[in-house]
Amino acid sequence: MKIAKASMVLVLMACVLALPLTSWAKTEIIWWHAMGGFLGERVNDITNKFNASQNEYEIKAINKGGYTDVLTAGIAAYRSKTPPHMIQVFEVGTQTMLSSGAIYPVYQLMKDQGIKIDWEDFLPVVKSYYSKGGNLYSMPFNSSTPILYYNKTAFEKAGLNPQIAPKTFEDIEKAAKAVVSKGAAKIGFTTAWPSWALMENMHAWNDQPFANNNNGFSAMATELKINGKLGVEVLELLTRWQNERIYTYSGRGASGDQPIINGEAAIGLASTALVGTMTRTSKFDWGTGNLPKLAGYPQGNSIIGGATLWVFKGHKKEQYKGVAKFLEFLGSTEQQAWWHANTGYFPLTRASVKALPEDHFRKNANLWTAFAQITSGKTTPNSQGIRLGNYVSIRDTIEAEMENIFSGRKTPKQGLDDAVKKGNQTLKEFASLYK
Amino acid sequence: MKKSIFKNPILPYLLVAPQLIVVTLFFFWPAFDSLRLAIFNVSPFGDRMIFVGLDNFINLLTSPEYYRSVYHSFIFSLGVTFSCISVAMLLAVLVNQKIRGLAFYRSAILWTFGMAPPISGIIWLFIFHPTYGILSYGLAQITAYEFNWLLKGWVALVLVIFAASYAHLGYNVAFFLAALQTIPNSVVEAARVDGAGGLRLFRSITFPLLSPVTFFLFIMNMVFSFFETFGIIHAVTQGGPGDTTTIMVYKAYVDGFVHLRMGLSAAQSVILMALVIFLTVLQFRYAEKKVFY
Repeated sequence: MKIAKASMVLVLMACVLALPLTSWAKTEIIWWHAMGGFLGERVNDITNKFNASQNEYEIKAINKGGYTDVLTAGIAAYRSKTPPHMIQVFEVGTQTMLSSGAIYPVYQLMKDQGIKIDWEDFLPVVKSYYSKGGNLYSMPFNSSTPILYYNKTAFEKAGLNPQIAPKTFEDIEKAAKAVVSKGAAKIGFTTAWPSWALMENMHAWNDQPFANNNNGFSAMATELKINGKLGVEVLELLTRWQNERIYTYSGRGASGDQPIINGEAAIGLASTALVGTMTRTSKFDWGTGNLPKLAGYPQGNSIIGGATLWVFKGHKKEQYKGVAKFLEFLGSTEQQAWWHANTGYFPLTRASVKALPEDHFRKNANLWTAFAQITSGKTTPNSQGIRLGNYVSIRDTIEAEMENIFSGRKTPKQGLDDAVKKGNQTLKEFASLYK
Repeated sequence: MKKSIFKNPILPYLLVAPQLIVVTLFFFWPAFDSLRLAIFNVSPFGDRMIFVGLDNFINLLTSPEYYRSVYHSFIFSLGVTFSCISVAMLLAVLVNQKIRGLAFYRSAILWTFGMAPPISGIIWLFIFHPTYGILSYGLAQITAYEFNWLLKGWVALVLVIFAASYAHLGYNVAFFLAALQTIPNSVVEAARVDGAGGLRLFRSITFPLLSPVTFFLFIMNMVFSFFETFGIIHAVTQGGPGDTTTIMVYKAYVDGFVHLRMGLSAAQSVILMALVIFLTVLQFRYAEKKVFY
């Protein structure tokens, strides 16, 4: 009995002693992110590499769910004064973060820590999206753009040429119809991130305004423009397709990724970030192509999505040193090239593009698609990006209205008018807060 | 009434203190904070607050969207309450009989109570899924109608009602079973002697004698479906398609935590708070007193 007690005490003491030992040795840096599954593993690869490269800091990457969950968790943590050091916020949260007063601008952090980063080397599309007054407020991390994916195996079964990706909406209609009528795939055409792919990017790609004040870049946006000719045209087309079973709506946010990844959909619009996952997991032949253009509109450019890393205020100076070192590591040429080649996200610096093997894009045609799309398009005030106050809410509003439209509860015009009305209210409320 | 059984005058206060502390910390304080936030327009990070008086309430009470969420809440709650009570009563009466394997049936039926509501939601999501759900597959064999809840509001609503009822069924059965055990055998036997068969027995004896519990469960199910089904909605439909499954508590969440409009969300929780107080008063006042049999 006595021995048992004594040994229990010993075990307890050992536990108590062992616990803090691990955390004493290194300064812990917490990073909340939204990368799950395959991409989550790649994030762990990065932190493992960084943690092994030095012994002062330990980056702890924690997946807090999807993009919205991470932002919500970050805000709650900040309000209760226990924020993580870094948080990954999707592009939609940019204005919210910029106005928050809760962040330590990344350019400032690097300057304070005396770490030199060649900001000019970042690709202009990426840099302009996240800069204010020419300075980057957050660290670009995973940048993507929507492209078209198609299932070559299904194309072949339907008697279509699998070597040619559909280029226009007419091409998609023809191919999807053939695929569905021949039973080559369950779904003809679908989209992930419906608002991002069909509204935000369609406006940019066809050089039409999404909101006033240059989509919120020249001044705070106060009015959405999506109920114009283009928005209505796109949704009228898709509603017809939905009724003819050419198009299938697959839900909000990322839920449309699934049918594209597992081959249920013959054609789909989704983020470049799927390239990495599909290369490793898909059991069918697939290819990629540019976003489809609508006839009669000028050529714009597709806009980037994805996320950046924001640094929270209120931590200790020595911890910020670790944060800065980690961000420097992320921005390094080698790291950028690795991240791009393994995930499908863009390499963010010119140096990293140059560092890719010469035949990289020839060998990886699907990685080239997005890169070619975004570097060949025309960057105009309509296609440099979209920056809206409380954009998260606006995107949710748009997707809810798209559901009303596709199910026939509202006409495209009516649904978009309602989205604009509610969205403008949201913009007004946001503007009144930050007057 | 006896005045006090405590000799020490402080002891009773000490005894209730833990409960009071918990209630203050986890109920009164947040409730007060909601009341306070409801009259402000608050920035997402809480660094800016603009006093707006009753604007948030006016905003809500003049928006058709809010009334739709109220409407959806009642449809949803009544759906859950009625399916829970009817199915649970049926099951409870069945497992109250002397049959072989009784213990197995009883625990099998009570099991669902141990499950978190979102899990139930996910189970039904898989069963109902338009592309890979077994039920959707079965339905597609017998009818050409597409039960696609990603687009059809009523299907989505039925789906979440199913999921919520399933999660709460065990709770209902437990109460009904307990109530059934309290029905005196003599009453049942007397009725049998009078020649009452199974159905008649249920209608004239069992059902009326269960009515206090039925009323209690009605209130509890309403409270459950109004306030605790958030997880199911969040896991399955996220309030969609459109806003057809956006019930009041989910709307409060979406406005507060997705749309980051804390003031508006706080105003909604104040309204919800009034509602739950009303339901509780209803229960205290009428349960056991006004249910006759």
